[in-house]
Amino acid sequence: MITLTINGLDVSVEKGTTLLEAAQFLGFPIPTLCHMEGLSPYGACRLCVVEIGEEPRSKLVSSCTYLAEEGLKVRTASERVVKARKMIIELLLATAPQSKTIQDLASKFDVRQQRFKQEYEDCILCGRCVRMCEEQMMAKAIGFRGRGENRSIGTPFDIPADVCRLCGGCMYVCPVCELRCTYNEPEKAICGGCANLSPPCLEKEGFDDMMCYMDPCVACEIINDKERSLKP
Amino acid sequence: MEKETIKSIVESHEGSKGGLISILEDIQKKYGYLSENSLRTVSKETGSSLVDIYGIATFYGSFSLKPRGKHLVSACLGTACHVRGGPRIAAEFESALGVCAGETTEDKEFTLETVNCLGACALGPIIVVDGHYFSKVKISDVKRIIKKTKTGLDKVSGDKDDNVVPLEVSCSHCNHSFMDHQCHIDGHPSIRVTVSFGQKHGWLRLSSLYGSFAVESEYEIPMDMEINFFCPHCHSELNSPSPCVLCGASMVPMIVRSGGMVQICSRRGCKGHMLDLDGVNF
Ligand code: SF4
Ligand code: SF4
Ligand code: SF4
Ligand code: FES
Ligand code: FES
Repeated sequence: MITLTINGLDVSVEKGTTLLEAAQFLGFPIPTLCHMEGLSPYGACRLCVVEIGEEPRSKLVSSCTYLAEEGLKVRTASERVVKARKMIIELLLATAPQSKTIQDLASKFDVRQQRFKQEYEDCILCGRCVRMCEEQMMAKAIGFRGRGENRSIGTPFDIPADVCRLCGGCMYVCPVCELRCTYNEPEKAICGGCANLSPPCLEKEGFDDMMCYMDPCVACEIINDKERSLKP
Repeated sequence: MEKETIKSIVESHEGSKGGLISILEDIQKKYGYLSENSLRTVSKETGSSLVDIYGIATFYGSFSLKPRGKHLVSACLGTACHVRGGPRIAAEFESALGVCAGETTEDKEFTLETVNCLGACALGPIIVVDGHYFSKVKISDVKRIIKKTKTGLDKVSGDKDDNVVPLEVSCSHCNHSFMDHQCHIDGHPSIRVTVSFGQKHGWLRLSSLYGSFAVESEYEIPMDMEINFFCPHCHSELNSPSPCVLCGASMVPMIVRSGGMVQICSRRGCKGHMLDLDGVNF
């Protein structure tokens, strides 16, 4: 057993436990994106950063890949961590502003500004699909290709792979495939509509009751369509 | 046919760890590129999945998945060459050859590629054509380089002075002189560099006469061993990615004081040396 301190609390964990698992065991929330239970840790998105060691030589590491060490001091919500996390979300948001998963993270962690150019990439290279395909579907149909800014996900030679089972697992785990609700401002960098206490739908004419019983609610889409169809 | 050759290449690497890259290198050397079928054969023969092999083949810039032309032009866009105008030279090649970087001309004569640092930064912008270095290339040189390549580069490389010229050379990274005036070989000051091979690390002195292969070294270097060269001043590794035309080992470029470059093969005993005096103006 290894004993370490997380946010001032001592915890003993088995050898080989990651900091993320140890923190989750204690109930400290750490947001993750590329991490997924059942898939091997990959450490691509850096969203799960925590601070380890003591000032002034502390450093940020990705908790989903960092293994617990004896006597390690971990902080999961220090000022530095919170700042870094926000920055990472802002960057992810710039990469794929259309992703519901990332928009939800942005509203949850109070990201209110977008200082970067929005790229509308359809992949953030988190590698979830690749690991899903290899580790759960035993197919190895898709993988990383190229390097640097040309890196992409796909099959060799872009030819449909004969080993693909057409299971859809890759799409199921993709955090970018599910599109955000757009309300009536699809170009808005940060949705955050759902985090608003007064749903924007209520401010629209024609709605007395909040339309948000659905999760995700699509009321804003309906009103948009209605408006469109009313226009001559 | 191709299948058999690839099979034998795979077999020759059997049991060596990390052999996939070497296998692909050998295939690329043999056919000039990696065809879809060859990758499929490698996958079948090695048992590695095609995605992994394809991932490796697309990751490293030295692999090509498309057939290459007869001549390979590499334009350096590394940091040093970049600030010295490398991109403009590359653009000039693009318009002169009528292709974009990474493409091959229609007549299959030229393939143009851009690379990130060829290890001769002090002489940038660098253009390498079929292993021949052109240094301090200007836009006006581009057409001439292409013409020279068409008429045959080997005719112009070097051996005008009866194969024996004493050279004064310096580091391609920091430009410090390698000449050791205390220690003479063949009656001329020797060239001193640091080498390392296996667990050994020590000095090596080369004859400065181009065409002489006399060497002295701190440790006995076994014949046929590929060794790593380092600058004794800035300690940068001198081996460059371009292969020796005779044995395929990496070449070691050095700057010639009077202008130009000399390259020696890093394999002990190999006579694959190359001299390009003063870049374009041979
Ligand atoms: S659908 Fe094909 S590529 Fe996607 S996870 Fe399944 S087997 Fe892999
Ligand atoms: S396609 Fe989706 S799951 Fe796959 S790497 Fe890209 S963002 Fe991640
Ligand atoms: S209508 Fe519902 S889903 Fe759409 S922005 Fe408002 S609260 Fe969010
Ligand atoms: S969840 Fe840890 S790096 Fe993505
Ligand atoms: S940057 Fe061009 S040779 Fe180093």
